Amino acid sequence: MANNVSLLIVDDEESVRDSLYNWFIEDGFKVECAENAKEALAMLEAGHFDIILADIKMPGMDGMEMHRRIRALNPEAIVIIMTAFASVETAVQALKDGAFDYITKPFDPDDLSHLIRNAAKQVEMKVENETLKNRIVSLENIEDIVGTSQAMMKVLKDVESVSQSNSSVIITGESGTGKELIARAIHSNSSRKFFPLVTVHCGALSEDLLESELFGHEKGAFTGAMFNRKGRFEIADGGTIFLDEIATISGKMQIELLRVLESKKFVRVGGNKEIQSDFRVICATNRDLKKMVDEGLFREDLYYRLNVVNISIPSLRERAGDIPLLVNYFIKKYCNSMSRDLISIEPAALNRLEQYDFPGNVRELENMIERAIVVGNGKEIRLKDLPIGTATPGNSADSLAELEKNHIFQTLNRLDWNISRSAKLLKVDRVTLYNKIKKYNLKKSKGK
Amino acid sequence: MKEQDNCKIFQLDKQRILLVSFGQFEKKFLHKIAAAVQPVIGLPVDIESGYTDLSKYYDPARRQYDGNRLIHFIHSEYAFDKRKVIGLFQVDLFIPILTYIIGQAIYKGNAGVVSFFRLKNELYGLKKDDNLLFERFVKEIVHELGHTMGLIHCYSTICVMRSSTYIEDVDQKEAHFCSKCRQKLDEER
Repeated sequence: MANNVSLLIVDDEESVRDSLYNWFIEDGFKVECAENAKEALAMLEAGHFDIILADIKMPGMDGMEMHRRIRALNPEAIVIIMTAFASVETAVQALKDGAFDYITKPFDPDDLSHLIRNAAKQVEMKVENETLKNRIVSLENIEDIVGTSQAMMKVLKDVESVSQSNSSVIITGESGTGKELIARAIHSNSSRKFFPLVTVHCGALSEDLLESELFGHEKGAFTGAMFNRKGRFEIADGGTIFLDEIATISGKMQIELLRVLESKKFVRVGGNKEIQSDFRVICATNRDLKKMVDEGLFREDLYYRLNVVNISIPSLRERAGDIPLLVNYFIKKYCNSMSRDLISIEPAALNRLEQYDFPGNVRELENMIERAIVVGNGKEIRLKDLPIGTATPGNSADSLAELEKNHIFQTLNRLDWNISRSAKLLKVDRVTLYNKIKKYNLKKSKGK
Repeated sequence: MKEQDNCKIFQLDKQRILLVSFGQFEKKFLHKIAAAVQPVIGLPVDIESGYTDLSKYYDPARRQYDGNRLIHFIHSEYAFDKRKVIGLFQVDLFIPILTYIIGQAIYKGNAGVVSFFRLKNELYGLKKDDNLLFERFVKEIVHELGHTMGLIHCYSTICVMRSSTYIEDVDQKEAHFCSKCRQKLDEER
């Protein structure tokens, strides 16, 4: 590691510079020397140094002042202050100003070795941390969004350009097209990527709950509010808030939201202190917000506030060419998560998938592949492993309810009407499944 | 003025090592040191008794001798014809920024110093051990010669080029180069 760490020694005494230079060069550091603060600052402006060892007492600008200027130039620089005059006040001041450590001349050789080793380790960790962060971000972007169709390429291009700004974004698209994935990609490509991405599913919460969720509440604000709680806007400080199903929020919440978006200030429920938060808003909906504005169901001012950039995600049937890629991606994903050998898909099954309309979009395709892997023979996905395998291609004209009914019925039959397993496979809870069975009047066939 | 004494007869090589002693070192002891250093370094090692007034290098405030100035003296007086010269001392050495040094050399240069003083068991309240002292001295001479030949500190715990600021560090390492340092040494030559 020492080979990659650069060190700048700043001391007006030649013997000190020479001694330190010789000492550190033998440790494998890249070492340069400056005899005063002015020269050091010029060297720091011209090039990068990981560690700076600076004397306090120097003619002209002293080491403490130089340290403050180095901080302004590069807040990440590791500065070690050294002096022949030990004083607690100077040491405390140096540390307060952000120095890595403080050492009094002459040093014990072992102390100096330890100090520099620790500083070099910090440099190493910083580099490693940066590399890992970049790796995480790139994994999220590259692996999760699958598709090479023209429609998807346009979406990715939009994501790239919008990521660099702080503008509000509305993502529209049918259910299951991957709106949250696009929101994550925007966030992780933006300068806010190291701050939180906070997701709120507006449709899942009542008006009161949503208000408390978004703005937080003070202790005693309502029955059950036992403690102060931060709201999602507060948690998203520095990052992004993703409001899913924005079309479902009430008129009152629309007004509240507009106010917060304009001022970035709000008050917790039951509180009186104004809180400021720096967040970016990304919304998603599967409904036509413009139409809702025309019908008076959504506030026009809020619509324009949110709709600075609109990204429309194509449905899966509009990018059927991506289906083979998505199938392979989901096969890999589920075979890995189930610790199974990678399987293939027979041509007839793939052909069937390519012809299918996918009203539930990518989510539906994902569920189909997962189920096919679970119920299949462990070697390949066959036509009969797909819930649409036995139906004719013409069933694309069926209603969504009809498709749902058939899908639930086939799943139940396949799993011998085991409600828990069927609910798990369908990714719904047991109560929902019972309600659907009741709604569609599904009954277990004789002999099953 | 200078008394030269070849410890062994070697064929003339481009590079030679010279150990110059200052203080009361027994001639037999110096021969033994040279004989131990030569196979590790792989170059002919000569020994010589040096003469200088050490009081010029004494710092009364620190009660130690200035290692930096002694290196410069050795470099100007002895380091000719590509010779790598190490001055051997009995006294306690320092450099301005450090409380003490055991040895020091000019990186990729031709001069260095090593002192006996901090290698003696007695300094740490332990029983005198001449064999151990000899081993430590050889290790430190080889270490400083390594620096003059372009080697930096090594992370291998047993390599002679491992940085050793405490006597325990000196004892832990061995008196030879690890394979990586050996390879680098061959490349540097």
